[in-house]
Amino acid sequence: MAEINIRNVRKSYGRTQILHGVDLDFKSGEFVVILGPSGCGKSTLLRMIAGLEEISSGEISIDGTIVNNLEPRDRGCSMVFQNYALYPHMNVAANIGYALKVAGVPRAERDRRITETARIVGLEEMLDRKPAQLSGGQRQRVAMGRAIIREPKVFLFDEPLSNLDAKLRVQMRVEIRRLHKRLSATSVFVTHDQVEAMTLADKLIVMNKGHVEQVGTPLEIYHRPRTRFVGTFIGSPAMNFFDSTIAPSGNFVLLDGIQIAIDSALGRDNADSTVSVGIRPEHCRLVKAGTANSVPATVDFVEELGSGRNVHVDIDGTIFAVSGDEGQLFETGATVGLQLPSEHIHLFSRDTGLRLDDAPVLKHNTNQSTVAA
Amino acid sequence: MIERTPILNMVTYFIMIVGLLLILGPFWMIFTASTQSLAQVNAVPFTLLPGADFLHNLQAAWHRANLGPAMLNSLIMALLVMVGKIVLASISAFAIVYFKSPLRHVFFWLVFMTLMLPLEVRVVPTYNIAADVFEPVRWLIQTLTGIELSLQWNLLNSYSGLVLPVIATATGTFLYRQFYMTLPDELTEAAKMDGARPLRFFIDILLPLSRTNMLALATIMFVYAWNQYLWPKLMTTEADYQTAMVAMTTLVPNINSLPEWNVSMAGALIIMLPPLIIVAVLQRWFVRGLVSTEK
Repeated sequence: MAEINIRNVRKSYGRTQILHGVDLDFKSGEFVVILGPSGCGKSTLLRMIAGLEEISSGEISIDGTIVNNLEPRDRGCSMVFQNYALYPHMNVAANIGYALKVAGVPRAERDRRITETARIVGLEEMLDRKPAQLSGGQRQRVAMGRAIIREPKVFLFDEPLSNLDAKLRVQMRVEIRRLHKRLSATSVFVTHDQVEAMTLADKLIVMNKGHVEQVGTPLEIYHRPRTRFVGTFIGSPAMNFFDSTIAPSGNFVLLDGIQIAIDSALGRDNADSTVSVGIRPEHCRLVKAGTANSVPATVDFVEELGSGRNVHVDIDGTIFAVSGDEGQLFETGATVGLQLPSEHIHLFSRDTGLRLDDAPVLKHNTNQSTVAA
Repeated sequence: MIERTPILNMVTYFIMIVGLLLILGPFWMIFTASTQSLAQVNAVPFTLLPGADFLHNLQAAWHRANLGPAMLNSLIMALLVMVGKIVLASISAFAIVYFKSPLRHVFFWLVFMTLMLPLEVRVVPTYNIAADVFEPVRWLIQTLTGIELSLQWNLLNSYSGLVLPVIATATGTFLYRQFYMTLPDELTEAAKMDGARPLRFFIDILLPLSRTNMLALATIMFVYAWNQYLWPKLMTTEADYQTAMVAMTTLVPNINSLPEWNVSMAGALIIMLPPLIIVAVLQRWFVRGLVSTEK
């Protein structure tokens, strides 16, 4: 159990800067997920916490101790790697117990803890096997056993599920969450998979291009994405966007000549500004062509999911995804009406990509004024 | 590749068989010569059929060249060289691959360059050093401080003299470097997270993983060391330290002696045996270690 504080941490390789000043605080026992596209610096950040990567500037402290100059073994972290990194020549028991052997824990005690750990991760029957004789899921468990046997203050997970097949991934996700509940050590989990992120996180951090885009609970991030990037990155299919200008009255934006109502208080504050209007596919509604307050659209194609369907419609060259399970069938090429309910509309500044109704809060945080792609 | 080309197959088999005969032919001649009597071996034309004097010739060779102690010396030398080379190669490659010193490329290329400087090229300076190991140190101290030391360490006629000057190995270092570079970085990082310091990591993780590599190197290096002739010949003047290869020369007929080629061939057969055994035992590992890493 330990809290982690990250103060203005930067990382650069030569002249290329990977992390541009990251400030984060993880509470003791929290399950933190860092989410971002590849190359956003999330793994680098994790490896800096672990001590595998040098910190170019800034400070990381674990449990109040600044760890910048501590060796990995002195930081009290353990880590699960993406490709498991098991020692191929050691059997499961030796793999799990290696850290204790290095630490000089006496044999009897070591064996007791290996057995106990193996029971937690469900590997009691496999202790004599070599990693090559294990399936992907079992190797994953060995890696987790190796991490938990040391009773670390902090768990670090570097995309641990991305080498597993889809079914196993769901299963291991549940197990990791269960394990966390049981051990309640602070956990930091890096992933590029939004489903993993949403389901696992107490606190979700979205990163892009070396900046932290947003920190919050999964639901906060889903319902109030702070930047356009977060809006596009979370949710599947991705949030729909169109560019428009808020009417002088502040009551609506125009899409294909049709007025789309927006929150009028927010609209009045930002009258006449150019905005990116975003709405999630699950909040769009398809209606009969010609219905009041609907934008005429052509059905482009339909993806059947079994539990529902994604309908992609074309409005004057802009594609909107609409997901839902309404019984109606849509034929490609048919003309329909698209309704965008005002309570689900997100407005982002065209220039900065920042959410409009979040803007005042952001003034305190000038170093994070990222422009999302 | 799956192809049916009977003619091509026949040609390749023919070439392979000719090659095999070219390699085995001389061995057959050594064997037949070692079984013949003095008259038979000197008969013209030379017959390729075995004679009846095999055991007699072996005995003669063994006693005349004093092969017992000589073989033991060779064995001690070859084993020490083999072990020394593996230790040195594995640990210097470890330093080159795992420690991010700015000079590591310089060191690697320096080691690599010694491939171009085999013992035969540097035999005179190497002999000088072996005869007086501290000479460079004395010279350095004297030039720097003016103090004349009387440090002496002479390697002539000793096992260290036979072993130390041939213990460095660029081939082995290179082989080990390539092996270390195939290991995923995560393995190192996992060991770091588990708290292993570099030497611990080397002993617990790298050495066991490099087993095939090590055995391959052991095979090559044992044969190499066993076959050393020039260096033992120079280093040892006392019969106590004579190696089998050097002892073998006493069996080669000279202008004043009987042309007993049957006895020299029998001697050759005897001293061929240890390397053959080593290769036969280790060849499985040898091929695997050179071809690829264990999965």
